[in-house]
Amino acid sequence: MSLFRDDGIVLRTQKLGEADRIITLLTRRHGRVRAVARGVRRTKSKFGARLEPFSHVDVQFFVRGGELVGRGLPLCTQSETIAPYGGAIVADYECYTAGTAMLETAERFTDHEGEPAVQQYLLLVGALRTLAAGDHDPRLVLDAFLLRSLAVNGYAPSFDDCAKCGMTGPNRFFSVGAGGVVCGECRVPGSVVPSREALELLGALLGGDWETADACEPRHCREGSGLVAAYLQWHLERGLRSLRFVEK
Amino acid sequence: MYEGVVQDLIDELGRLPGVGPKSAQRIAFHILQADPADVRRLAHVLTEVKAKVRFCKVCGNVAQDELCRVCRDPRRDPAVICVVEEPKDVVAIERTREFRGKYHVLGGAISPIDGVGPDDLRIAELLRRLADGTVTELILATDPNLEGEATATYLARTVKPMGLRVTRLASGLPVGGDLEYADEVTLGRAFEGRRLLDV
Repeated sequence: MSLFRDDGIVLRTQKLGEADRIITLLTRRHGRVRAVARGVRRTKSKFGARLEPFSHVDVQFFVRGGELVGRGLPLCTQSETIAPYGGAIVADYECYTAGTAMLETAERFTDHEGEPAVQQYLLLVGALRTLAAGDHDPRLVLDAFLLRSLAVNGYAPSFDDCAKCGMTGPNRFFSVGAGGVVCGECRVPGSVVPSREALELLGALLGGDWETADACEPRHCREGSGLVAAYLQWHLERGLRSLRFVEK
Repeated sequence: MYEGVVQDLIDELGRLPGVGPKSAQRIAFHILQADPADVRRLAHVLTEVKAKVRFCKVCGNVAQDELCRVCRDPRRDPAVICVVEEPKDVVAIERTREFRGKYHVLGGAISPIDGVGPDDLRIAELLRRLADGTVTELILATDPNLEGEATATYLARTVKPMGLRVTRLASGLPVGGDLEYADEVTLGRAFEGRRLLDV
């Protein structure tokens, strides 16, 4: 019997039995963890409100055995709030749909329970903090998060130099299969020719240049979002359920 | 493993929510030992409930006729509609004896991560009810969790152009509890929704 303590973001909750929930968290040291939280659906639960999606919490787990992830689900015995991002995010429906797509992306990129994914975790914490602060368009925050998640998981797209031969940019053609923009020589069937502004926007979002991103016109933002969604779907091999609900 | 029909009964009972194999076995043997008249009454009620119960065509609550008991009642105030997620929530609010308006059951809450969007709920039906101008107040009584809050935010935004008074159930401290045990989210909500004590 062991106790583990870690901080993490609540990604998802599922009802279990009469008043319990299975909580899925992305933790700093143990990656994705699923745990049972007993009685949290009761109105008198002492920590039910802390274990809602988007919450950044410090959690204690109890498990029979020496490993946190192994046989059976650990029990979530205590939790303390580090930052309750949910309240600010849910107050704006556009933020909520963008935030849900972030949670689902983080869950999909951390397939193996118990395997640390520190970069993905830090990226998610930063993205939720930015989303809750409301300083940028939620759709742009989502696209920046999706691009950087792809990058930290080894699928960084190129928006300038050719993704195949490395020819110095700017290059015009964009192919999700090739890994970003490609030159005229490396162009593959099915490549699209996005606007220069959309490619600049995506480069700015990947590099963290918010000044350029915030100044972008809505039509270029929409075009960029389409490219990001197609690129993400290609690498995840199936679409995100929550992405189709994101407010355009 | 038991023989034939006894095992069938245990298997069927085991498919009910919250009933495990041991509980299913215990209930099955209770039925075996029960008075035949009691068992016949149980079987009759089970078939009746499937044959007779349907959903109210106005509010979506469970009903035995086209309209549920609340929608049929002329004493209920048609100017106030309370929006809830499930028929179980109607029963919970009715127990308070505080609300005299009508209900609208959405059939769930918006949860994009589970693939449930606004089009999967009875929101279009609600907007049709609001269109004739009878309703002056909409009370959003979705669950006080993230999905419920998001659904309330979406509804408030959608009905805003109609100029209705839109209210949300208060969140805060449970009656009979100690303040020191309240979590910071609930306590924060209680502070946000504090009321003037004019004595």
